[in-house]
Amino acid sequence: MTKELICICCPMGCGLTVEMNGSEVVSVTGNTCKRGDDYARQELTAPMRTVTTTVRTADGVSIPVKTKEPVPKDRIFDCVKDIKAANVTLPVRVGDVIAANVAGTGIDAVAARSV
Amino acid sequence: MREFDLAVIGGGPAGMAAAVAAKKKGLDNIIIFERDNVLGGILNQCIHNGFGLHTFKEELTGPEYAERYADMVRELGIPVETGTMVLNISPDRVVTILSSGRGVEDIYARSVVLAMGCRERPRGALGIAGYRPQGIYTAGTAQHLINIDGIMPGKECVILGSGDIGLIMARRMTLEGAHVAAVFELMPYSGGLNRNIVQCLDDFGIPLKLSHTVIDIKGKEKLEGVVVAEVKDGKPIPGTEEYYPCDTLLLSCGLIPENELTRSCGIAIDPLKNGAVVDDRLQTSIPGVFACGNVLHVHDLVDHVSAEAAKAGESAAAFVRGGSAPEGRVIKLIPKNGVKYTVPNSFTAGSLDDEPHIRFRVTGIYKNAAVVIKCGEKELFRRKMRVMIPSEMQDLAVKKDVLAAADADLEIMTEGDIS
Ligand SMILES: Cc1cc2nc3c(=O)[nH]c(=O)nc-3n(C[C@H](O)[C@H](O)[C@H](O)COP(=O)(O)OP(=O)(O)OC[C@H]3O[C@@H](n4cnc5c(N)ncnc54)[C@H](O)[C@@H]3O)c2cc1C
Ligand code: SF4
Repeated sequence: MTKELICICCPMGCGLTVEMNGSEVVSVTGNTCKRGDDYARQELTAPMRTVTTTVRTADGVSIPVKTKEPVPKDRIFDCVKDIKAANVTLPVRVGDVIAANVAGTGIDAVAARSV
Repeated sequence: MREFDLAVIGGGPAGMAAAVAAKKKGLDNIIIFERDNVLGGILNQCIHNGFGLHTFKEELTGPEYAERYADMVRELGIPVETGTMVLNISPDRVVTILSSGRGVEDIYARSVVLAMGCRERPRGALGIAGYRPQGIYTAGTAQHLINIDGIMPGKECVILGSGDIGLIMARRMTLEGAHVAAVFELMPYSGGLNRNIVQCLDDFGIPLKLSHTVIDIKGKEKLEGVVVAEVKDGKPIPGTEEYYPCDTLLLSCGLIPENELTRSCGIAIDPLKNGAVVDDRLQTSIPGVFACGNVLHVHDLVDHVSAEAAKAGESAAAFVRGGSAPEGRVIKLIPKNGVKYTVPNSFTAGSLDDEPHIRFRVTGIYKNAAVVIKCGEKELFRRKMRVMIPSEMQDLAVKKDVLAAADADLEIMTEGDIS
């Protein structure tokens, strides 16, 4: 079976053609660099995304937040919910943990701006 | 009158990179004027990730990318005046500024870098019939509302225009609990990057409907819904109308460089890109005034903005120190079939960089095509390009010798068929 994907790892957006044998990836073509190959294998077995959102501090300031690493795609909404529920007080430094082990993914959500 | 070696107008990524580069080239007396209260420009509201892969070799969010440059500005001791709006620039580089602390003030700058960025096409320019009820926003305004002010514009949303901001806002609205019915695009191809279609629309099951547009807006005071139709040859096809109830309509219909100051200064504008005409040092038609970033032409990658702006800052430093203009013939670079515009518009033969960059956009989707540079009938340069699409700026580094071989104006064009 053949699957067509678009690599999302950089703005080139290479079109990837993936040969599958059942749930196993046999080959990846169309990628310009190694990351496209990795992406296709990951995407077809356990897709992952970096989540970005904002959290409101007690002072009413909006702070941008991101997961430090990509999390499983089907946990995006759980992560946003957890981040929104975090109690944050100023000052905040970029990289400060806002929600540790967000939604039980093992990944921390961190501040993306110093305020 | 206060005097500066370099006045940078705008403290977004372009302005910061220009100031940093000029400082590193030895200019000391630099000032950045920013009308907002913080540095960073549009990046502050672009909380998604995807910035800085080239510059920092890692994927950052917009605010993180901005903070890295703001840190450099601070560490280098470059003065910044925020809350300061530049009102006018005269051809002899007297800059009029307005701030709450000093009121209106004239300053003199030995060089100026224009880095005012761009703004969104206003909705009036869209030509949609009907009332203008509450609930219609440009995508960038909605992005500011949600990400900076923490206010959700609505619950049931339709997006018109598939530019990257529209795609990113489709995901953002969804994550904040709204329902996004669809993204409609007038053109037969998306205005945004493929990766954004995948991770902002496909991931959330939001349909992208190409060759569709909004033909009517319902609701008097508050938006109640929109009528959408399929389009052929620029005209709605009768019988394809569909009604979408919604309380929010986001318009993502492109960006225009913010060139009011540039125009009133009398700087020549290239209508093909809506930005200043510049040479390979990014100098405009007025000596000592340089331009970079989105005010020069709309960029899709901040990394390109930073690289271009660094060039403008270095050129400003060279201008202030050297004074005299670089020697040599001026070779014009003229966009021909398939190439919409170029930056720069010309080269100076005697003072070429080792690898001058040519940035341009194409007019259609090209697959397995080539970019060719010709001097008369003579072909000087050819590069195969796997894919070129209008929504992605192309950045070619060309060897100095190639351009130095030109004995007349150059033409740049695509070769291959639009697919
Ligand atoms: C919504 C959106 C999403 C994007 N997504 C990505 C992405 O995922 N990845 C990526 O790499 N790039 C992305 N980009 C592109 C990139 O971020 C921009 O091209 C870049 O930020 C432009 O920088 P700039 O400094 O030219 O303009 P801006 O960031 O707009 O900065 C211009 C500054 O000038 C100031 N100014 C304007 N006029 C005056 C005046 N008269 N006086 C004083 N100050 C003034 C403004 O307040 C502003 O701070 C995105 C752009 C947008 C708009
Ligand atoms: S394969 Fe490599 S070059 Fe192509 S989109 Fe993916 S990361 Fe970018």
